[in-house]
Amino acid sequence: MTITINHFLILSFLLFAIGFFGVLVRRNFLTVLMSIELMLNAVNINFIAFSRRLSDLTGQVFSVFVITIAAGEAAIGLALTISLFRQRKTLNVEEANTMKG
Amino acid sequence: MGAAEAAGSALLTGVAGWLFVGFALLILGTAIAVVWSKNPVHSALFLLASFLLVACVFILEEAEFVGAVQILVYAGGIMVLFLFVIMLVHQRTAAGTPAFQHQWDIALLLLPVFLIPFLYILGTEKFTDIARNPDAFRAVAGRVIGNTEAVSWLMFRDYLLPFEVASVFLLVAMIGAVVLGKRSFEKVD
Amino acid sequence: MKDLLWLVPLFPLAGFLVNGVLYLISHRTRGEAADAHGSQGAPALAAAPAPSVHGENPAHTHAGSSAHDPAGHSPIPLKTAHTVVGTVSVGLSCVFAFLAILDVGIGRLSEGAAHVVTLYRWLPLGVNQAVGQVHGPAGEWFVDAAFRLDSLSALMIAFVTFVGFLIHVYSVGYMGHEEGYGRYFAYLNLFMFSMLLLVLGANFLLLFVGWEGVGLCSYLLIGYFYDRDAAADAGKKAFVVNRIGDFGFILGIFGIFSLFGSLDFGKVFPAAAAHPSAYAPYLTLVCLCLFVGACGKSAQFPLYVWLPDAMAGPTPVSALIHAATMVTAGVYMVARCNVLFRLSPDALLVVAVVGGFTALFAATIGVAQNDIKKVLAYSTVSQLGYMFLACGVGAFVAGMFHVMTHAFFKACLFLGSGSVIHALGGEQDIRKMGGLASKIPVTYRTFLVATLAIAGVPLLAGFFSKDAILAAAFEAHFASAPWLGRVLWAAALFTAGLTAFYMLRLVSLTFWGKFRGGTEQEAQIHESPRSMTVPLIVLAFLSVVGGYVGIPMVRGGDRIGEFLHPILLPLAGAGAHTAAHEAAASTEALLMAASVAAAAIGLALAYVWYAKGEGAVPARIAARFPGVYRAVSNKYYVDEAYDSVFVQGLAKGGGRFLWDFDATVVDGAVNGTRHVTVGLSWLSSFFDQYVVDGLVNGVANTLQAGFRGFRRAQTGRVQNYALVMGGGLFCLVAVYLLFR
Repeated sequence: MTITINHFLILSFLLFAIGFFGVLVRRNFLTVLMSIELMLNAVNINFIAFSRRLSDLTGQVFSVFVITIAAGEAAIGLALTISLFRQRKTLNVEEANTMKG
Repeated sequence: MGAAEAAGSALLTGVAGWLFVGFALLILGTAIAVVWSKNPVHSALFLLASFLLVACVFILEEAEFVGAVQILVYAGGIMVLFLFVIMLVHQRTAAGTPAFQHQWDIALLLLPVFLIPFLYILGTEKFTDIARNPDAFRAVAGRVIGNTEAVSWLMFRDYLLPFEVASVFLLVAMIGAVVLGKRSFEKVD
Repeated sequence: MKDLLWLVPLFPLAGFLVNGVLYLISHRTRGEAADAHGSQGAPALAAAPAPSVHGENPAHTHAGSSAHDPAGHSPIPLKTAHTVVGTVSVGLSCVFAFLAILDVGIGRLSEGAAHVVTLYRWLPLGVNQAVGQVHGPAGEWFVDAAFRLDSLSALMIAFVTFVGFLIHVYSVGYMGHEEGYGRYFAYLNLFMFSMLLLVLGANFLLLFVGWEGVGLCSYLLIGYFYDRDAAADAGKKAFVVNRIGDFGFILGIFGIFSLFGSLDFGKVFPAAAAHPSAYAPYLTLVCLCLFVGACGKSAQFPLYVWLPDAMAGPTPVSALIHAATMVTAGVYMVARCNVLFRLSPDALLVVAVVGGFTALFAATIGVAQNDIKKVLAYSTVSQLGYMFLACGVGAFVAGMFHVMTHAFFKACLFLGSGSVIHALGGEQDIRKMGGLASKIPVTYRTFLVATLAIAGVPLLAGFFSKDAILAAAFEAHFASAPWLGRVLWAAALFTAGLTAFYMLRLVSLTFWGKFRGGTEQEAQIHESPRSMTVPLIVLAFLSVVGGYVGIPMVRGGDRIGEFLHPILLPLAGAGAHTAAHEAAASTEALLMAASVAAAAIGLALAYVWYAKGEGAVPARIAARFPGVYRAVSNKYYVDEAYDSVFVQGLAKGGGRFLWDFDATVVDGAVNGTRHVTVGLSWLSSFFDQYVVDGLVNGVANTLQAGFRGFRRAQTGRVQNYALVMGGGLFCLVAVYLLFR
């Protein structure tokens, strides 16, 4: 089995799509956050794959930065979750709609 | 692992190729499970599995350092955080409430729509499948040392400023998380 | 000294930081432990900036005398610190501004010298690979953090820092009893910093940073009394309306960058002036975008609605931000971009028409207002319209001249109204005033001088600048509409009469006749402290003499014209548009006589009707035409129209789900078409009778049908928004792939 860059792209596209779908449709705020992590992972796969094919380490450095961002995002997101739960007693994203027009 | 290819041939062949296929299918399966499971604890555990499998793909691609960081930060840090929060908010899914909200059909339709530009790019662009300089991943100034050293040389020299910015970012995120997570907002004037 | 130009904005920034930190610390300690060691930190910190220079200003002595209060834990020493830091930082900024101008030399500035101080490379943007004239020269793309001192910015910083300093001093007396004194001075210093950044910035991006900064400060200061709903709402309104303008402005900046490959004033304008034919086709769009920004900031017709509401802020803020400095930023920007505007006659036409219309429109509203600050607010909108009219007819110098004189007399008027409000303990309704002339003589005299100046009484400041604008409008040539110059001139002349009328109405209702308030209120009327009256006197003096830098018809008298002349870069291969300004002396004298006559008629009518006739005639007129009166006093219902179309239209009917969206949009389109069709057929049959009505209804129905779709989209659900965002992303990618 010979793996080309296209296989990596397909893997990362599908992973990103699954993550995006999760962000769009899950009611549970925690699962939405997890889906975002999936999307970030998909991006990292692309970085690593191209990094090797272009023989450029920059891609790896960038994926480390992406992981950093993911850590910060998770921290803030989870703090928001706690604060949402405290105020609304629910984790349902749909009920957090006070900003509606 | 496909470490010894000569320049000119594809990078992942044979056993390594099949390993990749296996990992990829497992990644997609666990990812679907993350989105599908009703119980957030199950989601979190599937997410953990997905992270570890992605780390395996990284190592297969000779990015050992990023793979290790992936395991340490994601599996070690972020996942624990997730599980803590799940325990903290302690929510049982009310029976009868569907896990998906009602726009799921439109969202599902969006995905094939996104597939169109993606396939178009795959069809029109030609990406190289050959590493011009296979040693670039582990060489520092001409000497072959190792992937971790190579990444850190790049990160602490060329990308020192972004690195520091990232540390400030983490500090800000930490402060933000503390402020948001405090029991009550202090009256801010 | 000129290389220390960056100190000019730096002092207010330092003042903001010190005041802000002091305020936060004192606020915290007072909140947590009011008794024990509550102000322990505060005096220690206050001691640091106290022995700085400039101790002789009235602000310092005023507040300094109360600093010896023995009560150690009271916040009074802290207040002194706020006062000293706030006023001295702006005073120093003013001193350094003048030193820098003198160091470059007024003579050299009027020869076109520009001194640019580059601090550092702010944004390195890579290399421009595009070739060809229209995308700018090939080379590096970058934006510097740089300040530029040329004649235009010299004029601006001179009066911004000076008027700003006076208003800071005034604020010491005016705001002395208010809560959050430190917060006020911190915001005011931040405003000065942003305004100076706006004026001194050497490129569009720095200008934009200052632009947003003054918008933020405006929001913060309008909502200063945030416990009052009106103030908080007015702040939000100002912010939102300005955002519309800023969007246009930033689009304009994008356009300039894509055209010229640079945002530096020193590169963009010479390039445009050197190759007019290459750039002219693209510039109308760019200029209109920039003008949308100017409309927002400078309160021009569709976007003026925030300025009258902004009067909910403290009065010195109204004087500084909403009359003298910030609102003129739009005029400054248009004058700065005069090369671009001159290359686009269509954009100039729009500027002139919007300016002229706003001047007249706001002046008619001002006639029927009863709140002393609202009258002045509409007067400001009207005068800003004048300035844009000047720019639109190509008289950028006259526009900037009016910016300067207007800053003097309008600041004086606002501060005077603040003094009146102060004397009456917060009363703002002129129907409950009257007879104040003898009780607060200094305020009265300065107010009267400024009123005569704005009315255009000969030999006062407003006369010269207004006259220059009127003459320019009369001489204006618009290729597409040759008659337009005369129409604009007539409108401006009528506006001048109206201005004289409503300003003297204001004076006679406030200061003349008998007091119409309660007796115990009357007993408490007192003249304001020295820190308030001294700025009034200085500004009144400037309202008298400020115009003598631009005397028309006298050889060498138009000094401001010579000083600002270098900003009007000559366009290569053109001369038709700039040569139109030389009017015959006899015409000019006639025009001057007309404007004096208009002012005299306005003043005489106001005197006869309000001072002598006690308002009987206007009341009869109002009773005779109730519809007109109601429309005018309700500001032509513009706020109500915005409310019903945008606010209610968008706000109501939330909670619908996204899948309704398609149906409603289709529905809306169908309904809209039906309404339009019905409206059209209806129009054709009743054309002669109901033209206006039919049009209005048709437009309203179409709008309603269209906006129904929009308001359904506001579901408040993040995931709906994310879905739509995904769709938008797809469209962007598709467009990119198709057209790359």
